[in-house]
Amino acid sequence: MGKYIIRRLLQMIPVIIGTTFLIFYMVFALPGDPTAGKCGERPCPAAYVAKYRAEHNLDDPMPIRYAKYVAKTATGDLGTNRYGVKVTEDLKKRYVVTGKLALMAVAVEVVIGIAAGILSGIRKGRFIDNLVLVSTLFVISIPVFVIGALCQYFLGVKWGLFPVTVSAKPTLYELFMPAFVLGSLSIAYVARLTRTNLVENLRADYVRTAIAKGLSRKRAVGLHALRNSMIPVITFVGFDFGGLLGGAIVTERIFNIQGIGGYIFRSIYNRDGVAVVGAVTALVIVYLLVNLLVDLLYGVLDPRISHD
Amino acid sequence: MTESATVVQAVEATNAAGDVGEARSLGADAWRALRKKPLFWVSLVLITIFVLMAIWPSLFTNTDPDHAVLRQARERPNANAWFGRDIQGYDIYSRVVYGARASILVGVLTTTFTVLLGGAIGTLAAYAGGWVDALVSRVTDIFFAVPLLLGAILFMAATQPRGKPYFVIILLVVTAISILGWPSLARLMRSSVMQVLPNDYVQAARALGASPWRIIRKHIIPNAMGPLIVVSTINLGAYIAAEATLSFLGIGLQPPVISWGVSISDAIVGLRTTPHMLAFPSLFLSLTVLAFIMLGDAIRDAFDPKTR
Repeated sequence: MGKYIIRRLLQMIPVIIGTTFLIFYMVFALPGDPTAGKCGERPCPAAYVAKYRAEHNLDDPMPIRYAKYVAKTATGDLGTNRYGVKVTEDLKKRYVVTGKLALMAVAVEVVIGIAAGILSGIRKGRFIDNLVLVSTLFVISIPVFVIGALCQYFLGVKWGLFPVTVSAKPTLYELFMPAFVLGSLSIAYVARLTRTNLVENLRADYVRTAIAKGLSRKRAVGLHALRNSMIPVITFVGFDFGGLLGGAIVTERIFNIQGIGGYIFRSIYNRDGVAVVGAVTALVIVYLLVNLLVDLLYGVLDPRISHD
Repeated sequence: MTESATVVQAVEATNAAGDVGEARSLGADAWRALRKKPLFWVSLVLITIFVLMAIWPSLFTNTDPDHAVLRQARERPNANAWFGRDIQGYDIYSRVVYGARASILVGVLTTTFTVLLGGAIGTLAAYAGGWVDALVSRVTDIFFAVPLLLGAILFMAATQPRGKPYFVIILLVVTAISILGWPSLARLMRSSVMQVLPNDYVQAARALGASPWRIIRKHIIPNAMGPLIVVSTINLGAYIAAEATLSFLGIGLQPPVISWGVSISDAIVGLRTTPHMLAFPSLFLSLTVLAFIMLGDAIRDAFDPKTR
């Protein structure tokens, strides 16, 4: 187990380096002069431009710039953004918000998605099954920004059930509707995945044996079939967590959430490369760690899968 | 896993028993099952209509989508303008008809590129094995770890689509989504080729002295394509939604280009006062996405004997 984790962590290093280089390259390929507009309504003095370019290694070729950046990052220093604020401080503040939002979205998708999947799986072909299938198709086909705007208008503005926008230090209640919107697409996928796997496993011999042994149907489904059906679902949720963190851009925009998505979006537009690379690197690391965690969870769900 | 295996067997059976008259192969069985499904026909009809709309929009409307009647701006649906008029006084019905082209083009081109790229890379990794497989898999991981939406935003910002001609912008959007969309298909193709490789007919072809290129082209690809086709049909819908999301964020297609995403993003501010401006483009977008997802679902079910 320990060996496996160490091997996986070592394998992450090239992926992290590759991804950050990709992002680094794309960000600094952005057209535009980073010192433009830094000195108000006049061009910056030549001395300042020279100092700025030297500080940010702008005159070095790309691979050397990247190497210098990595060397600085390795000491825990992500640099300062355009406004002179430390990127690490910005990220700390923003990731708390987006992390909260994404975790809530995962909770929503797991609870509602699996429940709907089980309901339709054990009643295959009946009314509830068709209802779940049709409604999930419906949710998948509507773009998330339309769902967001509709929820905001009906649940927020018209019926006043939830706050319309979110404050800078959001409470769980404020984040509930955005989390639901963010997770809506995944709810549909989780429900369908759970249903498909449950239906397949319900026909397996071990479930028949369990029922023949005299186990109640509840126990046979809940303990035997469901546990074996969870592996693909957990895999999906693991992959999805990273997607939710990155995909929160749209939801954050609709509900005015001060999260990481909006930060990255604004930084791209401000040609603030340092901030973008730092934020995306953090995102990729979280994503890789979550996937490692998921792989370790396989062993818990199915003892036949061991990592030794 | 099992799902892809059955699809592989199904395709295999079609190829093997293609010219046998009496016995029904799995492929013929699948077609028989497919023919009886109303959902399959509904999605096929919808797709035909939207593709026709994309190729010859003038078949569906005589109104010029760029003819603005400012006096009638924001008019509700009426006998003259079936879907009403938008804030510029454009006829929404003709905008919706002409908007199909952008969405369908993005969907079809992105699917083509991701299938070609992902399929080729996945096949190469699985067939070559060894260090090639390890290297290619790490590269795939690197691209997989970048969230689709973030990467696309970065790419679009770096290439500055504003003011470029129609097809260039479409191609840029297609490239942005393709760059980050191929890894999931490459992984899928890799695993499905790995299932085909140990089969006897592949060994037999190798023993007979067939070149690797011939083995891949004649034996592996036809038998491993099944899952790729199903997933990319479903993805096609998702890519269309992704294009609309980019337009919503203001970095995909831009006016004066007519597209559903642009119309939705223009209309979303008026959700409360002029819901018809939002409803019709969203409806068409959702119907298109829905049609492709339903088609993919139907094909998968038909090829999977367990769901019959």
